[in-house]
Amino acid sequence: MRKEIRFGGFGGQGIISAGNITGKAASIFEDKNAVLIQSYGPEARGGACSADVVIEDEKIDYPQIKVPEILILMSQEAYEKYSGEIKDGGIMLLEKDLVEEVEQPGGVKQYKVPATKIAEDLGHKIVANVVMLGALVAITEAVDRAKMKESVLSSVPEGTEDLNERAFESGYEYGSKLIKEEVPGR
Amino acid sequence: MSDEAIMTGKHFMNGDEACAEGALAAGCRFFAGYPITPQSEIAERMSKRMPEVGGRFIQMEDELSSIAAVLGGSWGGSRAMTATSGPGFSLMMENIGLGMMTETPCVIANIQRGSPSTGLPTAVGQGDMMQAQWGSHGDYGVIAYAPTSPQEMFDFTVKAFNKAEQYMMPVFVMADEKIGHMRERVEIDESKVEIYPRRKPEVDPDEFKPYEPDDDLVPRMASAGEGYRVHVTGLTHNQQGYPQLDVETQQEKVGRLVDKVDKNKDDIVELDTIGIEDAEVLIVSYGMAFRTAMGAYKQAREKGIKAGIVRLVTVWPFPEDEIKEFSKQVKGIVVPEINLGQMVREVERASAGNTEVKLVPHPGGGLHEPEQILESLEALL
Repeated sequence: MRKEIRFGGFGGQGIISAGNITGKAASIFEDKNAVLIQSYGPEARGGACSADVVIEDEKIDYPQIKVPEILILMSQEAYEKYSGEIKDGGIMLLEKDLVEEVEQPGGVKQYKVPATKIAEDLGHKIVANVVMLGALVAITEAVDRAKMKESVLSSVPEGTEDLNERAFESGYEYGSKLIKEEVPGR
Repeated sequence: MSDEAIMTGKHFMNGDEACAEGALAAGCRFFAGYPITPQSEIAERMSKRMPEVGGRFIQMEDELSSIAAVLGGSWGGSRAMTATSGPGFSLMMENIGLGMMTETPCVIANIQRGSPSTGLPTAVGQGDMMQAQWGSHGDYGVIAYAPTSPQEMFDFTVKAFNKAEQYMMPVFVMADEKIGHMRERVEIDESKVEIYPRRKPEVDPDEFKPYEPDDDLVPRMASAGEGYRVHVTGLTHNQQGYPQLDVETQQEKVGRLVDKVDKNKDDIVELDTIGIEDAEVLIVSYGMAFRTAMGAYKQAREKGIKAGIVRLVTVWPFPEDEIKEFSKQVKGIVVPEINLGQMVREVERASAGNTEVKLVPHPGGGLHEPEQILESLEALL
């Protein structure tokens, strides 16, 4: 089964880092195959940037995303650039406060996560991407929860493990509530 | 990062990083280079890792001096490498010829991008394939590997070092931006890394001739300070290493530079075949384009098309005997390349009119779609 996931946002939000952690979770900790292709150049440092992750049980031949089934979009610009390309029945996770002007496309499930606000409440907005990863595994099961957490903790700088773990768990909790419709956001 | 020269374990790393790790695992302890996208991650990694393992990293003023420093590093006894991309590869050509002429083992990784000139600095290309063989003036044999993944960036860089030492010559790793920048699992296992040591003289210093070949046509090399005669010149030289500017010496010397690769092809050439037994149409592919070709191959087989793939691990020396044999059994061959037609010329030459050979070109900046290659296969049936 081939899974195609695209992360989009602006440079500095940890978009590429989120893609890296996801690919690592699948390929190192789940022992599947994963490839990450990230946007490169000035866009990775300010403008809309993306990280494309393909996960497969089999060896991956063609490494590029064709049409993603999961989109994680963390800025309005990324939403405008990438939201048009998604599989029917796909899942879209949006940064609730940074992607405000949203159309509800048919056949796609949208979930809005206030990742930056949750991160700020935990102490630093820098972990907003990890909040999003928590929500991602709660909503999509693209990667096993424990493996994703292992990947987060093995990727973040020393001394920030606790903050990142709390960010991941908070994101997971919020995502779980979203699918049970305990919080608005669909 | 790590003070281990060989980082045994599983890593999620990009191709450039894997290339640097492969070099370190193969014993490289001297890197001289100049930053250029999409190669810079190799130099960046080397700049961190070399001091950790007791090696030297030098950022030179340009690519001309980078390859010059690498040749010097090798003459001094180090396993040495540089890495660059198309524009830098062009600048290195003169001293690559010096490395060939002086039979200096070293590795040059070229992370190709869209070309010519400055081209597409941040995007994929395979436009330097012919340059790898013909870029520097004159005749000489070439060994070049074409990896298709970060894992192969590690594995083939190790191979490149070993072949450089075994055949005493610069060896190329011809990768591209996509492989350099994509991240995948790379498994490193120290117990599986084999190292071909420097071919040191075994005779008395008085009897040593630095360019006297062994039976395999390859000479031995002493480093300066070991008590043996060391003489380095780009002029045509005799076995003692002294310039001797006549036809006989030119024939012996340059003939051997070609023959040491050509006559050892059985040891050097590596290719993989997939689905070849009953194949009616064939894809000949290498590097990044191979992964797209695999997608096309699978789709073809699902549609009942008897397709096969010959994947070149070494693109140079070109496996003409093998391609010639395959060309007799199939209705046609397609060659997808991220250039407007380079290795396809070799495939045509080797096929010698036995079958139709069709290029599937891509100008660079992206990958083919598997369907493009599939359509070309179908058109041959």
